[in-house]
Amino acid sequence: MDEDIKKIVLDYVIEEYLEDEDEKITYDTPLISGGIVDSFSMVSLKRFLEKKYQISIPDDEATPEAFDSVNSITELVEKYIKED
Amino acid sequence: MSNIGTYDERRKNFDWSISEEELEYKPENVINIGWYCSDRICQMGKADKLALIWEGFGGREKKYSYNDIRLASNTIGDFLQKCGIKSEDRVCIFLDRIPELYLGFLGILKIGAIAQPLFSAFGDESLLVRLENAETSAIITQRKHVGKVRKIIDKLPHLKHVIIVDHDGKKPLKEREMVFSLEEAEPVENLKIYPTKAESASVLHYTSGTTGLPKGVKHVHYSLIGQYLTAKWVLDISDDDIYWCTADPGWVTGTSYGIIGPWSLGVTQCVLDAGFSADAWYRFIEKHKVTVWYSAPTAIRSLMKAGDEVVKKYDLSSLRHLVSVGEPLNAEAVVWSEKVFGRPFHDSYWQTETGAIMISNYPGMKIKPGSMGKPFPGIEATILDPETYNPISQPGRIGLIAFKPGWPSMMRTYWKNEETYKSKFVNGWYLSGDRANIDKDGYFWFIGRDDDVINTGGHLVSPFEVESALLEHEAVAESAVVSKPDEVNMEVVKAFVVLHPGHEPDDDMELNIMNFIRKRLSPLAMPQEIEYVESLPKTRSGKIMRRLLHAKEWGEEIGDTSTLEDE
Repeated sequence: MDEDIKKIVLDYVIEEYLEDEDEKITYDTPLISGGIVDSFSMVSLKRFLEKKYQISIPDDEATPEAFDSVNSITELVEKYIKED
Repeated sequence: MSNIGTYDERRKNFDWSISEEELEYKPENVINIGWYCSDRICQMGKADKLALIWEGFGGREKKYSYNDIRLASNTIGDFLQKCGIKSEDRVCIFLDRIPELYLGFLGILKIGAIAQPLFSAFGDESLLVRLENAETSAIITQRKHVGKVRKIIDKLPHLKHVIIVDHDGKKPLKEREMVFSLEEAEPVENLKIYPTKAESASVLHYTSGTTGLPKGVKHVHYSLIGQYLTAKWVLDISDDDIYWCTADPGWVTGTSYGIIGPWSLGVTQCVLDAGFSADAWYRFIEKHKVTVWYSAPTAIRSLMKAGDEVVKKYDLSSLRHLVSVGEPLNAEAVVWSEKVFGRPFHDSYWQTETGAIMISNYPGMKIKPGSMGKPFPGIEATILDPETYNPISQPGRIGLIAFKPGWPSMMRTYWKNEETYKSKFVNGWYLSGDRANIDKDGYFWFIGRDDDVINTGGHLVSPFEVESALLEHEAVAESAVVSKPDEVNMEVVKAFVVLHPGHEPDDDMELNIMNFIRKRLSPLAMPQEIEYVESLPKTRSGKIMRRLLHAKEWGEEIGDTSTLEDE
C-alpha cells in the first residue's frame, strides 16, 4: 500500500474531521462507524480524494465500509489510480 | 393484542383523559417530565429495572436502572442549581449520545429549567445563533466540542457556565468553564422537584424555516400526555420490550421518543453512540434483543443498500414492531423490511412543532406501503385548499396538511417570535407546511414541502441559513440553495454560486466552500454539489427565484416566469 497516500489521507482526516484534538487516530481507526466522519461529510472526503488524485470514484463504490479507515480508503484510491 | 387495540374503536371513543388517568395526572396538578420519567417509575416498584443500556463505539457498555437514572438526574439537577440555574433558565445540552445527555435532560427538567438540546455536529455559527436567540444560561458539553463554544463565547453574555462532563485535567479550563463528572459526583438521593405545571416550559428545540433565523419551538410539561400515549399506541412499547430509537436527541424525535416516551412508560431502552454501519446496527439489535425499533427512512434505505446478505449474518428474530419517521418512507422500503425482517416498517408523521406523532400506520391496521397512515385518535387532521384554506373533501386532491389545534404536545410558541407562531394558524387550523392528499379510505399520502425548506435525511435545513453562510465565504458574491434528489437521503443541499472576480470556479474552490459550510453550520447543511453560474435567476424586484433552480434539479415544469428579470 502506498505510504504517501496513507499519510496524506490521514493528515487530511485529522485536519478536517477530527474534533477532539487530543484524540489519536491511526490508519486502522474506524472513521465512519467510529463516528469521526459522518455520511454527509463523506461526500467532501470523496471530493478531496478525487481532486487530489485526479480520479473518479463511482458513488456505489463510495460506501461507508470503503471509507471506514485510512487503510480502506487508500485501497480504493489505489484501485482507481491504476484504472486511470 | 397491540396496545392500541382497534384503531377505529379508539378513534370513536377517544379522550386525552385516557393518558391523564394512566399517568395519574389531574388538571392543575404538578406535572414534571423529569419526575415522571424516573422517580414515578421507581415508586411503581421498578427501581431496579433497566432503564438504559448504552453502548459506545467499540462495544463500551454502561447500564442504568430506573433508580440509577433517578439519582443521576437528581445529581445533575442539584449541580445546576448550585451553579445558580433557576426555573425557566435555558440549559443547552451539546453532547454526543452519551449517558449524560439523557440523564442531564431529566435533571434540567426536574429543577424547572428549560432543556435546549442541540445536535453535537453543529458548527460554531449554528450553535451561536441558537444560543443567542435563547439567551442560554449554561451549556453542558464535552471536551471534543468545547472548542466550538470557545470560538463564540465572547458573543454570548448570557452564557454563564460551560460545563464539561469529561474533562481529564490535561489542559487548563478557560473563563466560565467548569467540570462535572457524573461518576465522581456524590449521588443526590433527594432533590426537590420543581413544581412545574401543565403550561410550564420544558424543552426548546430549534427548527429551520425558509427565511430568517432558526426558530425555537417551545414545548411544555403537559406534552407528556401526548408523548406517553403515542409511544404506547403507535410504537406499541410495553413493559417487557427492549426499545431502540435511533434518533439523536439534538432533534425532537430523540427527546419525545428517545427519552420521554419510553421512560414515562417504564420501558428499557438502548442507545448506540457510534457511526452508522449495517453490521454495527444489526449486531446491536442481536446483542440486546431489541424488540421495538424506531428509525428513519434514510437509515432504512442505507440498510437496503447494504444488501440482504448482511441481514442473514445476524439473529434479528427479537424484532416485533418497526416504525419510521423523519421523511416519507417509500413503498419499496416497507416491502423490503417485510421481506428481510419479516415485519414491515410502519411510517409515522409529525414535526418539531407538533411534539408528538400526528399521523401514522398502527399495529394491526392494514398498511398501504408509501402512505403516511391515518391521524392519531384525538387528532383532527385535514387537507386544506391552498387558496381558500378550507378543507378539501375530494379524495386524491393535493392540499396543505393541517391540524385542529389543541392536542397536548403542540408547541406553545416560537421563542421570542410570536408573530411567526401566529402566522402558522389560518381559519382555525395549524398549517404544517407540508402537502399531501387523502385517499378514499382516509389514508394520507405525502407529496412534499409547501416551502423551500430542505428535508435531508429527515432533518430540515434552511436554504436561507446556508445562503447567508455562503456569503461569508470570501469568494462568494451570490448564492442560491435548493434541494436535489438523493437516493438515500431523499434530498440533499445543492448550491448555485456566483464568485467574486478573481476567484477560480474550480474543484479546489468547491471543496473549500463545502468544508467552510460543514464546519460553520453542520455536515447536513454542507452542499453536496456546487454549481458555478454567471448569474442567478431573479425577479424584476431582485429576489432570487429558487423555484426555477429547484424545478431544474427535479426535472419539473418551470411554470410561470413572467416576473423573471431577463424575460
